Amino acid sequence: MTQNVDRIFDQICELIKPFNKKNVVISKDTYFSVDLELDSLAVMDLLSEIEDEFDITIPLNLLPDLETVGQFTEAVEKLLSEQ
Amino acid sequence: MTLDLFEKFDPILNDYNSLPAGEANPFTVSMEKVLSPTTAIINGRETILAGTNNYMGMTFNEECMQAARDALDALGTGTTGSRVLNGTYNSHKQLEETLKAFYDAEHAIVFSTGYQANLGVIATVAGPKDYVVIDADSHASIYDGCAMGNATVVRFKHNDPDNLDKRLARIRKSDPQAGILVVLEGVYSMLGDQAPLKELTKISKNHNAHILVDEAHSIGVFGETGRGVAQAQGVEDQVDFIVGTFSKSVGTIGGYCVSNHPKFEALRLVCRPYMFTASLPPSVVASATKALELIANSNLRARLLDNSMKLNRGLARAGFDMGTTGESPIAAIIVKSQEMAIAFWGEMIREGVYVNLALPPATPNGLNLMRCSLSAAHTVEQIDYMLEKFILVGRRLGLLQDAPELALA
Repeated sequence: MTQNVDRIFDQICELIKPFNKKNVVISKDTYFSVDLELDSLAVMDLLSEIEDEFDITIPLNLLPDLETVGQFTEAVEKLLSEQ
Repeated sequence: MTLDLFEKFDPILNDYNSLPAGEANPFTVSMEKVLSPTTAIINGRETILAGTNNYMGMTFNEECMQAARDALDALGTGTTGSRVLNGTYNSHKQLEETLKAFYDAEHAIVFSTGYQANLGVIATVAGPKDYVVIDADSHASIYDGCAMGNATVVRFKHNDPDNLDKRLARIRKSDPQAGILVVLEGVYSMLGDQAPLKELTKISKNHNAHILVDEAHSIGVFGETGRGVAQAQGVEDQVDFIVGTFSKSVGTIGGYCVSNHPKFEALRLVCRPYMFTASLPPSVVASATKALELIANSNLRARLLDNSMKLNRGLARAGFDMGTTGESPIAAIIVKSQEMAIAFWGEMIREGVYVNLALPPATPNGLNLMRCSLSAAHTVEQIDYMLEKFILVGRRLGLLQDAPELALA
């Protein structure tokens, strides 16, 4: 489980790279808005990349609760486990 | 200490307060007098209106104005009630009949604004067990319709058929029975690009999804009888719901949805943005009805697109970074920074040309735009004037180098 989460986190970090204009060091506590300075549209674009990487549907309805990289990682892990 | 509810707006207020003072502030513009569909007095100066979405110049059409005056005299200034109470006059029903004839559709429902039409139809048609699949560059009213409803919302990459296909396939894999509503726009208003409806409707139907097309910026403009992009691309029989507005080509305010769904009229009983607001005033209903009749038989579409092509070509030739191609009524130049865009807007208004300052997140891809929407009512002289002022300001602010004379040739 932990191993799985770590792998998902690494994959998400890879996808964040093009969005990480200031080369912020990414941790699970990194906030998209405050730390990465991403606006809501950029976060939705990132979400789209993550959907395709993991071949899952991530509803926009979840976005209000996905403020950090860690929360995103957990959401992806949960969606994958539900498949 | 309790939190001030307005503290959250501090960042945006700080941005607002850094805008130039006086007439160069784009948020304080006010029409002192409107002289015609294409001219107004702003800051005491006669100004060409180059950003009003008044595609057909219908706001001062004499037949529409007379219909509105007659309705005002006969029926008063407003209905003071909802469509489901005292706000349905015979003329509202007549307008819906006119829409049905215009679209050759079985059903039509009129809303008080185009925004409410999207809000109402999307939020109501797609319920808690359903999915709404929207284009990434959708208008705010589409996003807000999703936010108001209870459906699961999925977003696909702008105008990308493969990206849509992937998402629909995933939904179908996990939920074979789900109701799906795919929401598209005929023309995307910021850059004037059309949706590839042939591909997108085919993919949607492959996955048994319903399709809604918002023709707000394309009614009157595209299609043989002005029905919009679905008509122009020959896919009307694939589209389940067409939403549109009376506030652009039709020259007044109001929204609508037309459909052939046999149970469509149910919306009148369940759609809250339809039920819980007052209906359109009779004068508005009368001018909209007349304008639809005129648009169906209009020869203004070619004129409008000629005007747009002329401005687009001129701006491109002058050396501006273009966001548009001239195949829609929109002409937009891309300006590198927000500060430069705001300055450009201020210079244009001083020179007597009103354009739209369009900034992210209202624009796609983080673009800062000087956006014009052409009208069939613009004269060649007015377009030359716009072009001349664009070039003048472009040189003044250092966006253009030299040889602007070529652009006017």
